Amino acid sequence: MNLTLKVWRQKNATAPGRFEAYEAKDVLPEMSFLEMLDVVNEELMERDEEPIAFDSDCREGICGTCSLVINGIPHGGRKGATVCQLHLRHFKEGDTITIEPWRAKAFPVVRDLVVDRSAFDRIIQAGGFVSVSTGGVPDANAIPVPKADAELAMDAAQCIGCGACVAACKNASAMLFVAAKVSHLGLLPQGKVEKDRRVAKLVEAMDAEGFGNCTVTGSCEAVCPKEISLHFIARLNRDYAVAMLKGRAV
Amino acid sequence: MTLDAHIPSGPLAQKWDKHKFELKLINPANKRKFDVIVVGSGLAGASAAATLAELGYSVKCFCFQDSPRRAHSIAAQGGINAAKNYKNDGDSIYRLFYDTIKGGDFRAREANVYRLAQVSVNIIDQCVAQGVPFAREYSGYLDNRSFGGAQVSRTFYARGQTGQQLLLGAYQALCRQIGFGNVKMFPRTEMLDLVVIDGHAKGIVARDLVSGEIASHPCDAVVLATGGYGNVFFLSTNAKGCNVTATWRAYKKGAAFANPCYTQIHPTCIPVSGDHQSKLTLMSESLRNDGRVWVPKRKEDGSKSSSQIPEADRDYFLERKYPSYGNLAPRDIASRAAKEVCDERRGVGPGGLGVYLDFADAIKRLGEDKIRERYGNLFDMYEKITGENAYQTPMRIYPAMHYTMGGLWVDYNLMSNVPGLFVLGEANFSDHGANRLGASALMQGLADGYFIVPYTIGHYFASSKQAKPSISHAEFKKVEAEVRAQTQKLLSIRGKRTVTSLHRDLGRLLWEKCGMARTETSLKEALNRIPMLREEFWKDVNVTGDGCELNQNLEYAGRVADFMEFAELLCLDALHRNESCGGHFREEYQTEDGEAKRDDDHFAYVAAWGYQGPDKPPVLQKEPLVYEEVHMTQRSYK
Ligand SMILES: Cc1cc2nc3c(=O)[nH]c(=O)nc-3n(C[C@H](O)[C@H](O)[C@H](O)COP(=O)(O)OP(=O)(O)OC[C@H]3O[C@@H](n4cnc5c(N)ncnc54)[C@H](O)[C@@H]3O)c2cc1C
Ligand code: FES
Repeated sequence: MNLTLKVWRQKNATAPGRFEAYEAKDVLPEMSFLEMLDVVNEELMERDEEPIAFDSDCREGICGTCSLVINGIPHGGRKGATVCQLHLRHFKEGDTITIEPWRAKAFPVVRDLVVDRSAFDRIIQAGGFVSVSTGGVPDANAIPVPKADAELAMDAAQCIGCGACVAACKNASAMLFVAAKVSHLGLLPQGKVEKDRRVAKLVEAMDAEGFGNCTVTGSCEAVCPKEISLHFIARLNRDYAVAMLKGRAV
Repeated sequence: MTLDAHIPSGPLAQKWDKHKFELKLINPANKRKFDVIVVGSGLAGASAAATLAELGYSVKCFCFQDSPRRAHSIAAQGGINAAKNYKNDGDSIYRLFYDTIKGGDFRAREANVYRLAQVSVNIIDQCVAQGVPFAREYSGYLDNRSFGGAQVSRTFYARGQTGQQLLLGAYQALCRQIGFGNVKMFPRTEMLDLVVIDGHAKGIVARDLVSGEIASHPCDAVVLATGGYGNVFFLSTNAKGCNVTATWRAYKKGAAFANPCYTQIHPTCIPVSGDHQSKLTLMSESLRNDGRVWVPKRKEDGSKSSSQIPEADRDYFLERKYPSYGNLAPRDIASRAAKEVCDERRGVGPGGLGVYLDFADAIKRLGEDKIRERYGNLFDMYEKITGENAYQTPMRIYPAMHYTMGGLWVDYNLMSNVPGLFVLGEANFSDHGANRLGASALMQGLADGYFIVPYTIGHYFASSKQAKPSISHAEFKKVEAEVRAQTQKLLSIRGKRTVTSLHRDLGRLLWEKCGMARTETSLKEALNRIPMLREEFWKDVNVTGDGCELNQNLEYAGRVADFMEFAELLCLDALHRNESCGGHFREEYQTEDGEAKRDDDHFAYVAAWGYQGPDKPPVLQKEPLVYEEVHMTQRSYK
């Protein structure tokens, strides 16, 4: 099949960017979207042009590295899939496809389709952990955890930190990301001890990074490749309110 | 080069305790004076960096991804072993130790493996305390599943995302230390060389992948936790970025490379769909708990759909050949059995390179919901890639390159023969012999990082009493200049071939000549062709752009340049090992029924290769494997 691509090209963080058009010729429906970009890049290099920079690593939907907005939708709109799990069989012969990077103040462009998501790391550094050091912990079965709690915690813990939620949100809010971490740890007995302090710290760090406010439009949940539920945002709001009421025990 | 494994004396079960007692300590107040560089933020690197920082050392941690959380460990699916015996099914430290030694086809070091089994229980405790949401039973206690090469249920898991959850645990511990200022993190920074001064590892030279800046980082000890080299085969289940660069450059600075020919091919991967394929996807081994592997009995049936082949015409070849382990036979054995039936033209799917993994019986027995609960995300992943629904038709699978048991040689302290250079996780050679059992890599990475190197590194500092290196030392300048020169050279060739095309050629050559089955002839052919390919690379590769910006093609070219050299050592090792063992199968050496035939009289040793210079063959050092506790037998899973 043949496709026309309109790709965002930007030399570096400060240079202005623009769309460039490329033809993807004779690509196959069983190729993944990223393999199609590999083919386009090979052709560009054969013509001695600079390939399109984009991020990927695991190419199986778990590392959270790939990060493309396709026709306006982060990861391209396949339910529960990252762009590395998107295959060309979901496109039609002759389609024109626009490809852009995540766009958010807190995720500056590094080059072309590559962005800097270190803001997410800094949020976790502020308190997205259980304060336990190696050694001196009880036997793993000392504290039973109700299966339902463990499952719900796992639903939240699945977040791959890709940032699609931020890219989809008109306010560029990171609430779903933060909610997932707060819920994952807050639901487990091991994480409950620091629950109030954690939620306060994480929200503070999120605001400091320049992410926008949440107006509960649900666009984050719609694009999340791990289908993390909006309910976790409600839980975050509740946890945050409780922590504030108790007075910040920081 | 002299190799001393420094295995403590005394009974096997007491070696580690005794050794820990004998290791010299560093006073807590003095620890912060020691700078440790950890390269890698996977399970091994992140756990080491976090724990060393907790102890008080000053740590710098490097990774090439944009965040430490994205290290390749994140992709591990199935689970992590530990000898908890929570199932009361007869497991014990000794049994995990024995299974691992036997699974490794008696080519691993006894003392290391025993210690691994011992600390396995602490790992689970640690991870639970960090908030890793392992699967649980209704009682609230931890659940277990079985994995290949074991008859007990000792594998802990978090759905099909165990590696992700363990890595996030370690990443969060690391983040806590970064937040405290005890670890300085360098994401998107690639180590391009090791700096050795007066025989000790004293720092690294690394390139900032965004600015292109090449800089020296001096330190008191270097810890490499840079993962495996499976991508030398181009197509593998590894993440695209996995590479051999850090360990290869350390090798060229004097660290011995052990058993490079021990590579693992995983039996359950999604078959290759075409030339465009950029990587292969693993379907977790845990699927073999409930899935049954089969092909048609007759090759004429290969073109029929699975539902048209009645039960009587199916060959459940693993159950037939290995009745007691059945579908849970170890990986090397299961992979070879699949190759064998495909060689007999009984394979299924395009090109006949596939076998069925069928869940129909399990669905009938347990219901679709139970199967969905156990493997839902794997079935989804399969559907996304192939467009097929595996609840209705069997999966098609084929073996693919997956894991590398070989790596830099280390002693019992996980220190290489270059003092001050420690190597952890998949990057070292230590625990899996010639074949790794499923769910044991995660265990080893975390054992190394949380519970071994934090003890042994202090002993190095306390006993070696080295001076702190200065960044203005001539050696740093020299190595920096070499790294710059190589980068410039890559950028100046401007030939006709893309890096990918050359890498693909190398991978195909290795897969054909040094893959699932190897022969003297095939290996000699590979050894003949690799230098030609390498020459072509250096004459005709095209690396666009320049060095002072984000240049992904340049990064990739550097990694492939190292694969081009490393591939030769891999084949050389495979050629010298005139026996079959574990993942190393030499067709000349097999039993009558096609099983691997070891030669313990001549090859019960670790083959550690030492670099001699660009145009000289490497020297082979042998570390004999002495078994005090176990008796070497022919592996039998029948
Ligand atoms: C698909 C898949 C599934 C698996 N499932 C399981 C399983 O269920 N159970 C199990 O036990 N094992 C499993 N394994 C194996 C296991 O995941 C790996 O062996 C293990 O995670 C390796 O961990 P590591 O810390 O040694 O290295 P990695 O996780 O590979 O980390 C390497 C780190 O080094 C960094 N790095 C590398 N080179 C450089 C450089 N030059 N400069 C700077 N940084 C560098 C990288 O950025 C990265 O942070 C699986 C493997 C695969 C491929
Ligand atoms: S590349 Fe890892 S999630 Fe897409």
